Amino acid sequence: MMNYDQILCRRIQDVPPSGIRKYFDLLEGMDDGISLGIGEPDFPTPWHIRDAGIYSLEKGFTKYTPNAGLSDLRRAISRYMKRRFDLEYAPIGQILVTVGGSEGLDLAFRCLLEAGDEVIIPTPSFVCYGPLASMCHGVPVLVETKAENEFKLTADELRAAITPRTKALVLPFPNNPTGGIMGREDLEAIAEVLRGTGIMVISDEIYAELTYGQHHVSMANLPDMYERTIVINGFSKAYSMTGWRMGYVCGPKEIIGPMTKLHQYGIMSAPTTSQYAAIEAMDNGDRDIENMREEYDGRRRFLVDGFRKLGLSCFEPRGAFYTFPCVKSTGLSSEEFCERLIVEEKVAVIPGTAFGPGGEGYVRACYAASMRDLGEALARMGRFVETLRKERS
Amino acid sequence: MKKLLQLLEDDCTLTHAQLASMSGLTEAEVAAAIRKYEEDRIILGYKAIVDWDRTDRESVTALIEVNVTPQRGEGFDRVAQRIYQYDEVESVYLMSGSFDLTVIISGRSLKEVALFVGEKLAPLEDVTGTATHFILKKYKEKHLIFQKQEVQEERFVFE
Repeated sequence: MMNYDQILCRRIQDVPPSGIRKYFDLLEGMDDGISLGIGEPDFPTPWHIRDAGIYSLEKGFTKYTPNAGLSDLRRAISRYMKRRFDLEYAPIGQILVTVGGSEGLDLAFRCLLEAGDEVIIPTPSFVCYGPLASMCHGVPVLVETKAENEFKLTADELRAAITPRTKALVLPFPNNPTGGIMGREDLEAIAEVLRGTGIMVISDEIYAELTYGQHHVSMANLPDMYERTIVINGFSKAYSMTGWRMGYVCGPKEIIGPMTKLHQYGIMSAPTTSQYAAIEAMDNGDRDIENMREEYDGRRRFLVDGFRKLGLSCFEPRGAFYTFPCVKSTGLSSEEFCERLIVEEKVAVIPGTAFGPGGEGYVRACYAASMRDLGEALARMGRFVETLRKERS
Repeated sequence: MKKLLQLLEDDCTLTHAQLASMSGLTEAEVAAAIRKYEEDRIILGYKAIVDWDRTDRESVTALIEVNVTPQRGEGFDRVAQRIYQYDEVESVYLMSGSFDLTVIISGRSLKEVALFVGEKLAPLEDVTGTATHFILKKYKEKHLIFQKQEVQEERFVFE
């Protein structure tokens, strides 16, 4: 008899399951359920990008690519980073093509962390940072961001979290799930705390193209920060390419080199078909981004307005494609709210608590859904909130 | 941000409240703007795009290339007007190239459409020639694709 509890390492056993899954399991089997839970664009990948992938298959491009990615793709990424974010990265040595942004995060932690090294992670945020850091014997140090600060990380919060063991800061902006972003001034305050320390910034900029009203600024744009920033980005959100698993990492060559070495052992090279499609996206996809952003922006305004009309206060999200309305006024916890909403009205949203400390009292609703679904979801949530009000009075 | 007209062109079933949130206007401003667009005939109308092939109604559509003699002082407008007045005519466009007008006609049967061309369109005094092309299958119209919703593949629901 195998005792798997003793065979599996302590670290993986300690990793909690994602707090999101069970809400979808509840929705499963309901025929008129509406999900605002999923964090994925609802557009198919633009056809010219899909076509480039198909064409590469027709041409027989089915072998491994160079470990760091096709050189044409790295050159395209280099041009793109300059054009969109005014950042200079050399195609050879400073850019690594990864299997989604997630692989980039994983590689960064694995290349940076010694046992006991601390990683500062602002929350609420994407669920993967803590578990990935823990698997590398790192210690996640969670820092709650606050609604009154527009869910930005402040210099004081950062300063209070730094210890002699701090190795890295994860900067997850534009933020999933809050929609918070950090502008140049906000970043400058953070940069001022980091200057003169040995702390690296792992900047997860996967939603960089989805900001509304102001252009995304990368931490790497700030003085002295380029040398200590690893930019994680990818094609999933910007070009609606989640299933292609295409990401990339840019940074100092002293960091990208070792990450490429590890990627070479663990992955070999990112999927070849996806890389050809990605070249087309970078070279001819600016217009697609524009269209999708406009579309999301309309839905964002509609959903935020809708929540406010229901009497739920809602911070105005300025990036990504999530709203993060506050449900404290209903008297329910986030989890109770989400469970009852699914059971009583068949609408799935995700409790803020799934995204770490600071999420209690909030729920995440994604607006990458059709206007019809958003309208119907709001109508049902209106009914639900009304029911809750009657219960309390 | 999308402009009101763009939003309506994409989906004219949006309510004034939805349009207001999405365009950053008030509901009253949306209502006034739409009324103005309608009065000025910038918005011509609102119609559903129907896939008649998936109903039991018979329907045939033809695209007809028409050559005409333009009129002094009025160019192609007068003859175009004489053509578009017919109920059978769905669309009329003035073209560049080897013929002058594209006329799109729909009817219940091939015969009905052919008769219309032979008896009404071709005999018009300024019409010098026609070529009729029947539409066999529609794939896409106004950015909408004529096919059943594909079954959604299994989705990953983690983040």
